[in-house]
Amino acid sequence: MRHLINITDLTVEEIEELVTLGEAMRARPQDWRETQRGRILGTLFFEPSTRTRLSFESAMLSLGGSVLGFASADSSSTSKGESLQDTIRTVSSYCDIIAMRHPKEGAPIAARMTSNVPVINAGDGGHNHPTQTLTDLMTIRREKGTFEGLTIGLCGDLKFGRTVHSLVLAMSRYAGTRFVFISPPELRLPGYLLEELREKGIPYEEVERMEDVLPQLDILYMTRVQRERFFNEADYVRLKDTYILTPDKLALAGEGLRVLHPLPRVNEISPKVDDDPRAVYFDQVRNGRYIRMALITKLLEENP
Amino acid sequence: MNIDSINRGIVLDHIQAGRSIEIDRALGLRELDCSVAIIRNVRSDAMGKKDIIKIDEDIDIDLDVLGYIDPGITVNIIVDGVITEKKHLSLPKRLKNIVRCKNPRCITTTETALDQEFVLIDPARRVYRCAYCDAELGAGV
Repeated sequence: MRHLINITDLTVEEIEELVTLGEAMRARPQDWRETQRGRILGTLFFEPSTRTRLSFESAMLSLGGSVLGFASADSSSTSKGESLQDTIRTVSSYCDIIAMRHPKEGAPIAARMTSNVPVINAGDGGHNHPTQTLTDLMTIRREKGTFEGLTIGLCGDLKFGRTVHSLVLAMSRYAGTRFVFISPPELRLPGYLLEELREKGIPYEEVERMEDVLPQLDILYMTRVQRERFFNEADYVRLKDTYILTPDKLALAGEGLRVLHPLPRVNEISPKVDDDPRAVYFDQVRNGRYIRMALITKLLEENP
Repeated sequence: MNIDSINRGIVLDHIQAGRSIEIDRALGLRELDCSVAIIRNVRSDAMGKKDIIKIDEDIDIDLDVLGYIDPGITVNIIVDGVITEKKHLSLPKRLKNIVRCKNPRCITTTETALDQEFVLIDPARRVYRCAYCDAELGAGV
C-alpha cells in the first residue's frame, strides 16, 4: 500500500512527474473532471484547518469524486475516547483514500498501520506537511523553471513550522541547493535537520536579520509564528512580530526573487507587498489544488 | 574481596564503573530467585575501574537493553564452571519498548497501544530518533 507520510516517501522522479501532472491539470482541468467518479476521499481533520481541508475537497471534487469526513476532533469518535488506529480502521472501510491532519507528531505513521487505503499526511503537529511541500515545489518550478542551483531563504518559525521541515528535506535532494535560515534563536531549525544537511554536505547559514541576506536569495519562504505550538503565551507574543516583509525590505532583493508563504499569514507579510510581481503566495494557493489532484490520482492509480 | 565463581550462569563483564545498578534495574535482576552479585569498582587494566555482575542461573537477557545502556559490556556464558561463549555487544539498530519518547507532542503519548520505537541514526554520538516523531534521544536509560 502506497501512502504519503513524509515528502521523502516520493523520489525526485516522482515529484517531477507529480508537478508535471499538476501543471497539465492546471492547464486543462476539464480533461480530468470525471476521472475519479465513484471514488471517495475521507478528510479526517483532528485539528482545524480551512485551507488544506478545502483544497483536498476541491481537488477530489474536481476529479469527479466524492468527499466525507470531519473538520475537528470534537466531531469524531475521538471525543468518546476512541483510539486513532481504531478510527482509521473504521473510516478506511468507508472510503478509497484518506487525507488526515492530526495535532500529534507521527500520527500518520500510526494511521498507516491500520489503514486499508492510502493515507495522505495533511499535517502532523509541528512535524511534516508533505502536500504543502508539493504545492511549494510546484510553485518553485513554475517560477524558476528548475529545482537546481537555488538559494532558498526560510524565515520565521523554523522550529515548529512543519512546512519548513518538509521543504528543507525536499530541496536538500537537488544539486546546488543552498539554505539561509532566518529566525530568532528560540525558533531555529531542529537539530536533526541541521545534522542531516551537514551529513549531506549541503551549505547553509543561520542568521537573525532578514535584510542582510535578501539580495542573495532566489526564494524567500515566509512563515507564521504558530501560536498553537507554544506552551507559553508570553513567548508567542514576544516572538510573533519578529519578521515583517515590507516593500522597503523587498527593495533590497533582486528581481528574480520569489516570495512564497504557506498561508495563513498574520503580520509577517505586509499586504502592500501583495501586488509586487515577486509575491507569488496567492498563485501558490491555486497550485495547491492541482498538485493535490495529481497526488490523489497517482495514489489511487497505484492502489486501485 | 572474594566472590564465589559460578558453575552455570552469566557474567556481565567490562561494565562502565557505576552503571551496574542501572543494569540491575533495567534487566529486573532483583526479581530473580537465584544469587546475583554486583561488584563495583573492580580494578581493570583496560578500563581503570569497572563493574561486574554475576548471575547464578542461565537466564534470558535482553541484549538490546544491555547494548543500549553500555555497548562495551562482554556477556560471558558459564557452563560447568567454564566460559563457553563470549558475546560482545553493539548499539542496537532499533530499540523497541526500551525507552519512551519524551516529546510531549509525539503520537505515542496518547496512542498508548503503539510500540515505543527508536532508530539509531548516529552510532558515534549514540543518537536515536523516535520512529514516529523524529525526536532525538541520547543513549542511557
